Amino acid sequence: MRAGYDMIAAAMKRVLLFAWFAIAAIAADTEPKVKLPSSRADIAIGEKLFQVHCARCHGPKGEGSRGPTLIRARLVHAPDDAALVAVIDEGIRGTEMPGAGAMSHHEILETAAFVRSLGKVPQQPVPGDPARGAEIYRTKGNCGACHSISGEGGVAGPDLTQIGEMRSPAYLRESIVDPQAAVPEGYVRLTVVPKAGSSVTGVRVNEDSFSIQVRDDSGRSYSFWKSDIDRVDKPKDKSPMPSFRGQLSDPEITDLVAYLASLKERK
Amino acid sequence: MKALLWLSAPVMLLAQINVPYERIRDAAKEPGNWLTYSRDYSGQRYSPLDQIDTGNVSKLRISWMHQANDLDAIETSPIVVDGTMFISAPPNMVEAIDAATGRTLWTYQKEIPRDLRLCCGRVNRGLAILGQTVYYASIDAHLIALDARTGAVRWDVTMADYKTGYSSTGAPLAVKDKIITGMAGGEFGVRGFIDAYDAKTGKRAWRFNTIPLKGEAGNDSWTGESWKTGSATSWVTGVFDPESNTVYWGTGNPGPDWNGDSRSGDNLYSDCLIALDADTGAKKWHFQYTPHDVNDWDSTQTPMLIEGLVQGQPRKMVVLANRNGFYYALDRTTGKFIAGKPYVKQTWASGLDEAGRPMRLPDSEPTVDGKLIWPSLAGGSNWYSSAYDAKTGNYYVNVKEMAGIYHKGEADYRPGAFFNGGGQHDYQGEEPYGAVRALDAATGQLRWEYKLHFPSHAGLMATAGGLVFGSNGSSFFALDAQKGDLLWRFEAGGIINANPISFMNAGKQYVVIAAGHALLVFALD
Repeated sequence: MRAGYDMIAAAMKRVLLFAWFAIAAIAADTEPKVKLPSSRADIAIGEKLFQVHCARCHGPKGEGSRGPTLIRARLVHAPDDAALVAVIDEGIRGTEMPGAGAMSHHEILETAAFVRSLGKVPQQPVPGDPARGAEIYRTKGNCGACHSISGEGGVAGPDLTQIGEMRSPAYLRESIVDPQAAVPEGYVRLTVVPKAGSSVTGVRVNEDSFSIQVRDDSGRSYSFWKSDIDRVDKPKDKSPMPSFRGQLSDPEITDLVAYLASLKERK
Repeated sequence: MKALLWLSAPVMLLAQINVPYERIRDAAKEPGNWLTYSRDYSGQRYSPLDQIDTGNVSKLRISWMHQANDLDAIETSPIVVDGTMFISAPPNMVEAIDAATGRTLWTYQKEIPRDLRLCCGRVNRGLAILGQTVYYASIDAHLIALDARTGAVRWDVTMADYKTGYSSTGAPLAVKDKIITGMAGGEFGVRGFIDAYDAKTGKRAWRFNTIPLKGEAGNDSWTGESWKTGSATSWVTGVFDPESNTVYWGTGNPGPDWNGDSRSGDNLYSDCLIALDADTGAKKWHFQYTPHDVNDWDSTQTPMLIEGLVQGQPRKMVVLANRNGFYYALDRTTGKFIAGKPYVKQTWASGLDEAGRPMRLPDSEPTVDGKLIWPSLAGGSNWYSSAYDAKTGNYYVNVKEMAGIYHKGEADYRPGAFFNGGGQHDYQGEEPYGAVRALDAATGQLRWEYKLHFPSHAGLMATAGGLVFGSNGSSFFALDAQKGDLLWRFEAGGIINANPISFMNAGKQYVVIAAGHALLVFALD
């Protein structure tokens, strides 16, 4: 039994030693200072790299698209240059922003230098009246039937609580007038037809080789073993959202975009 | 009272661990043990155990679990000797575990520098055992010998300087009186090697430079000084043929990965299989799968030694489903090409010529704007093991059907920094998928496939019970080895990036897989 106590004591000692090393290591860790290149040539190379690696989401001029605009003095996830380099290098966990494993460290610095230069470009104000847009969201658009903001609304469509942070005004406008062209990655709507029982139509929540999980428009989740399924139908239209072209006037759409673009922080 | 009860319980006496070379060489005599990375030297990842079979595998249940002291994934392929299991696990640990109860016997933890630069995480894929010593290649490129009874360090040697990008992730291979090991760091402009160390002292016995030095044959396959930063790493465990005393070991991509402008030529011995004399490290032959690779298609995955009939004649072969999308059978005595064909969709070569050299299509290299090519950077398959069943003649491989958009970028070498020359992002235009495929091992011809919803990053094991064990995402499953039908599955709740093994203890067969940061051990009810 004594051996048992010795083993426990030794294990505790190891845990304490490990904790001490961890604390010492954290204390010794100092964030290295990052100096971005500033020559015109470096920024030009950074712009070229931006076109290859970043423009697909952030727009060719950093104006934003599926990803947020970078034409602003303060970037939420990159308040300083070291953070910006880290964001480009590693991505942002829990978002659609991937890390740039493909770029060399120097290329990341050049890209970061170009992104910083965008902060000096005057930001275009979003046209329209956000207050009127909020009213259209609630009434004529009835957007809350499918979308929610800060926990209020439907769950059939994507949550819009911080949509102004994530998408550019141009992308938001496109998603209102041509929803099929602006379906978020990973958003798949389908109908599961089981061998027995009723079909379920909704958004795919998860799927692997053996099972599939679906959430219907009421928010109820269903799970099926694939061996119990007759077929899975994917509708021709990727998004069930109707186009509001013609349903809303152009000034109304502009106001609605202004409202959505103003949704940036969780309340 | 409790102590009395404890003392009166039956005592399970664990055997004294001792694994001389002859036991590994003759692994066929001990079907219940798993003495080296692939169970035996052939690399076939085949278990001769048949207690779990097609008729009862549906009753397979979790027996015990072991969790790492860290949230990083376990990728180890355990060693099991006479009731004791040895694993590597995050963070930088080696552990001995009682295989009957799952209780830990000892742990060793390597202190790791904080300034490591790694392409792909602090992973480790397994250990070697020889005599009474366990061998571990640590992520900072050390080779460490541990007392198999206690975990005490016997010796610790530095293979290369981690500060210039060298690391190590693979399981070493114990051969006779030596420990053979590879290294990693192919994204940092390192210069590759395969090393052998004296198992008793840790003294280096030989080193094979996987890029020939100036003046050596093959150095002229690199332009200028590009050979000095040409990578050609050796990060997955090779195999050994005792009969011919030959070690077979694969090598990785040339560096920089996606921009070959500075390294015109074939870039030997990147993306090769190399046959080496086990005693001296002298090269017997090499075969290059992807000359002048610009897609990062390492050829490091464990090759497999098999015997089969080719046009009616018995042949000793070394076979491999390569990351470049082609399956190859080579003569293992001469290294000459016997057969090869694509086993996944590929769009970069019109085929293989008579010598097995790919005929690259024009306009099939990465560009600044991006070039769409099948297979993706991850390859048709990757580092994880394939399996072989001599009874069916099937080579089982977990494949990825996916494409990549390959970009060419600048490549500026700085010691210890990424040296990639571009990159790749996955192509979403066609939904990627995976499959377990059974190929005719002698020809690469498809015999059956079990389709998977998305590509896997995990290995396979075949067993004498007529089963193929494999993984997809967080699912661990068993297929019928003859037909590919699904017979059993288990949701492990954590991503599986590991190879399965099987062992016997006290008359019971176990199957093991690492999932997430846990090791799962299954047995029949």
